[in-house]
Amino acid sequence: MSAAPPFFQADDIAINFGGIRAVDGVSFEVEPGQVFTIIGPNGAGKTTVFNLVSRIYDTTQGRLVFRGEDITRVPPHEIARRGIARTFQNIELFEHASVLQNLLLGRHAHRRSRLLEELFFLPRVRAMELAHREAAEKVIEFLDLQAYRDSLIVNLPYGVRKVVEVARALCTEPALLLLDEPSSGLSVEETEDMAFWIKDIRDLLGITVLMVEHDMSLVSAVSDRVLALNYGRPIATGTAREVQEHPEVVKAYLGG
Amino acid sequence: MRFVFKTSYDQDLGLFRDAVSRNWYVVLLAGLLVLPWLAPNYLGDISLVFIYGLCGVSLMVLAGYTGLVSLGHAAFLGIGAYAHVYFAQTLGLPWVVAIVLAALITAASGVLVGLPALRMTGVYLTIATLAFALIIQEVFTHWEAVTGGLKGRPVDKAVIFGVSFGDSRAFYFLCLAVLIIGLWLTANLLRAPTGRAWVAIRDSEIAAQSMGVHLAVYKTIAFAYSAALMGVAGALFAHKVGFLAPDIFTVLLSIQFLLMVVVGGLGSLHGALFGAVFVALLPVAISEARDSLPAALGQLASIFGRGAGDAVAGTVDRFVKQPGLEPGIFGLILVLFILFEPLGLYGRWMKLKVYFSMFPLYKRATFRRQKSYMRSERLR
Repeated sequence: MSAAPPFFQADDIAINFGGIRAVDGVSFEVEPGQVFTIIGPNGAGKTTVFNLVSRIYDTTQGRLVFRGEDITRVPPHEIARRGIARTFQNIELFEHASVLQNLLLGRHAHRRSRLLEELFFLPRVRAMELAHREAAEKVIEFLDLQAYRDSLIVNLPYGVRKVVEVARALCTEPALLLLDEPSSGLSVEETEDMAFWIKDIRDLLGITVLMVEHDMSLVSAVSDRVLALNYGRPIATGTAREVQEHPEVVKAYLGG
Repeated sequence: MRFVFKTSYDQDLGLFRDAVSRNWYVVLLAGLLVLPWLAPNYLGDISLVFIYGLCGVSLMVLAGYTGLVSLGHAAFLGIGAYAHVYFAQTLGLPWVVAIVLAALITAASGVLVGLPALRMTGVYLTIATLAFALIIQEVFTHWEAVTGGLKGRPVDKAVIFGVSFGDSRAFYFLCLAVLIIGLWLTANLLRAPTGRAWVAIRDSEIAAQSMGVHLAVYKTIAFAYSAALMGVAGALFAHKVGFLAPDIFTVLLSIQFLLMVVVGGLGSLHGALFGAVFVALLPVAISEARDSLPAALGQLASIFGRGAGDAVAGTVDRFVKQPGLEPGIFGLILVLFILFEPLGLYGRWMKLKVYFSMFPLYKRATFRRQKSYMRSERLR
């Protein structure tokens, strides 16, 4: 290992579900300020890798290192506090709450108030709530969500929900943002917008992005590095172009 | 139609939407303060509405906000009631100390139920709370040193700092004050990070966890807080009924509490109170109807002749004296609500408000439910 520890490193991680080895010895390193994309056909284990990184599943083997700290056994609710936020493939927003409330929940990792203070809503709690609100408003402005601030999630179209989920993740002020298929279910225009936002998140906010994606136009547009998986195993890494032209990747997608 | 113009983030942190809505609550409070002189015969019933309101708020926190449905809340009510009476009468502690201790003990028992609940979800959790309620009822029956067993336990009138609240008007104000305090504390929690964490757990546990919500901690807090409110309600309830026996705190009472939050409208404090009014006053309305309806309808029918009047009065009389009429009407109303108004009385109230505020432009389709096959609609 080099002198400077990598920003994020997955070292030979694997997980078994019963007899099935869903992820089998995957290693990769993400450099700070990159957009790192994981691609692969259906069932390749991309989302499972995500769930391992966000600690929803326990790894059967291997290590996860983030900013020099071993996070392999950190409990899942601790991950946000360490600076990793994620979105979900099938949108896991709080549906019967407003956009603003969803974003404020994204601030939960920064909660400093104690239960008894909240019970009486002391001035300190109010001050902290206002600070959370300011932070949430910055994200609202960044992602152009002003029009939806007070709408309930159930009343929003799918494309907007996708953006709200990214916004909620940004509210945790992450250093590493995990995006699980940010373009799934989006129209062509919405996917293009998403590409701009991902670039902005990397370039303007300086947040490193780890992404799982199917849409090759989005992958090529934003990715700095790409890792291709098939049957839980890595088959190629490199730039988007290199990986797309890799014979193993072509074979995995087209068969043969 | 009124539009709230917001100029500061502070406005979104207030307890009320704006000054106008706050003034309406002030009017409501003024009405409740003079009510004892307007309806002196119904003070007992209205005090029960306040106590049930507290129970409704308690179950609303758990079922409506955190998404943990409990069928054991009557047990918490009982624990609060017995504990309060034990501390105040057997040990002779001051009333305020006794009620606080009762709340703490009920909260502790809530944590005890909550711990296994961390591993269970949905209907399994509900069954576990039901089992808890049955066990606690047995405890009430057999722990005679504290509860008096099946013989029951008489409850003295409340005396706080030397002031007696035995008089029904004084007790009315006591219940109102406790309810308002309970509502205020609950509203505070709901607008703070804790309340948001509860809602997050209800809507998506996995996302809540990824955003840094410690599921076990917040579920336990929800159970403890809900149980503590129930304990306070139990202490008041003890004074209200004046006599504690194990067969008061049955599963049927738990079901009534659940009915309260469902009919009121899950996920709103208003709903808890509407539900309390409904559940506490429906029996009163039914018994009133039982006494006056046959004669009134007979009178009405007698314009067709004396015979018709007597026949109608007799038939109606036989109908309203049927045993089981009350649970039947309760059940019927619950079914109708679930079919036609899943948002409960509060949902109906909101629609009424929108109707009047948009008056000539109101469209029926505003609230028509869309067919949609996204995650939320499939589950709820």
